[in-house]
Amino acid sequence: MPSLQSLRRKIASVKNTQKITKAMKMVAAAKLKRAQDRILSSRPYAHQLRDVVRHLAERASRLSHPLLHKREGHKTELLVITSDRGLCGAFNANILRQAAEFLKEHAEQGQEVSVSVAGRKGCDFFRRRTWTIRQEWPGIFDRLSFEHALDMGQDIIQHYNDGTFDQLYVVYNEFKSVMQQRVVVEKLLPIESLDEEAGQEPAKAVGAYLFEPDEHELLQTLLPKHFQVQAFRVLLESAAAEQAARMTAMDGATRNAGELIQKVTLFYNKTRQAAITKELMDIVGGAEALK
Amino acid sequence: MADTGNTVPTGKLLLEVVTPDKLLVSEYVDQISAPGTDGDFGVLPGHCHFLTTLRIGELHYRIGEAEHYMSVLWGFADVTPQKVTVLAEISEKAEDIDVDRAHEAVARAEERLERGGLPSEVEEARVSLEKARLRQKVAERLKKQGHA
Repeated sequence: MPSLQSLRRKIASVKNTQKITKAMKMVAAAKLKRAQDRILSSRPYAHQLRDVVRHLAERASRLSHPLLHKREGHKTELLVITSDRGLCGAFNANILRQAAEFLKEHAEQGQEVSVSVAGRKGCDFFRRRTWTIRQEWPGIFDRLSFEHALDMGQDIIQHYNDGTFDQLYVVYNEFKSVMQQRVVVEKLLPIESLDEEAGQEPAKAVGAYLFEPDEHELLQTLLPKHFQVQAFRVLLESAAAEQAARMTAMDGATRNAGELIQKVTLFYNKTRQAAITKELMDIVGGAEALK
Repeated sequence: MADTGNTVPTGKLLLEVVTPDKLLVSEYVDQISAPGTDGDFGVLPGHCHFLTTLRIGELHYRIGEAEHYMSVLWGFADVTPQKVTVLAEISEKAEDIDVDRAHEAVARAEERLERGGLPSEVEEARVSLEKARLRQKVAERLKKQGHA
């Protein structure tokens, strides 16, 4: 039977852990609120911009801009968005499992695959694996700003134009609600039009479209902008999802710690009472013997 | 987000103005005029498909008799017969602009422009002056309207 002292220590230790998880939950909740506001307010812009670009992509000829042009190549890159910190449940595990599956599948199809990773957790994961890491962005989520997306966008577009890869997919956690995150795989490059994504033939251009200044110049400014905004949206989604996942995980941990404390305390009291009873019996026995 | 389909009442245009921060306007309007890079343009319902970049300028729209003004700084406008989407880097409604601050900004930018300096600094000052003047102008529209 464990000693009373060791039980007391155990209770104290679990209580400490519970305090930490509780604090982490509260911090995550506060951060989540902020992240949620950011993603919700930036979604309309990202979505509208996407619609505009797709309208344009439907009408412009595929060859008119490198970001629209479908290449025959077989080099695929996967952009993996993870978090910088752990203790957020299955958040990173889900992403990395999906990423590894994706890479394996494409490698088996004879594609040449490479990865670029955002978030420290993902960097650690891929460094221990055999996949080629082309680029990594660790530690960006503490103070996430549009600059990061700009950076990322520039790097990726440049490598895409240089032919380092022919297609780019992204895998990230979408923030559906506080209780739900969804792992999403999306194709980012080349940019596809609406109908293609729905699996239909591209619609015939509806009448003439006027462009001002000319089509080429518009694409030149619009497409990189679009890509950066999409990258930023993905980062924001992931940041919000991370905080939500952490909050849920820490809530569970706090509850589990509470249960554990209850159980151990009950056992502790029982043990204590048994010890007292035993002592009493000893005393009574001793007194009897003296009579 | 509002549907682009057939929900727009005939004779009306759906105007949506979005900035990276938020959806600023989503309304059915009768007429719009906006500052395109190659000159201002007006849009009435049934306009042909049109896509343009925007410069710094004033966006104006009319719902019935009510006139509305807002500032737009760069961005894109996508025009379809029933819907106009304005994607602006920065945009403000006239009623949200602080007139005093706009006046101050104009004074500050003018001073900086006079002081001169590196070409990049002058350019920067010129842009901020243009921005400040625009905000001032848009804000004053509202004032005039109020007195009328």
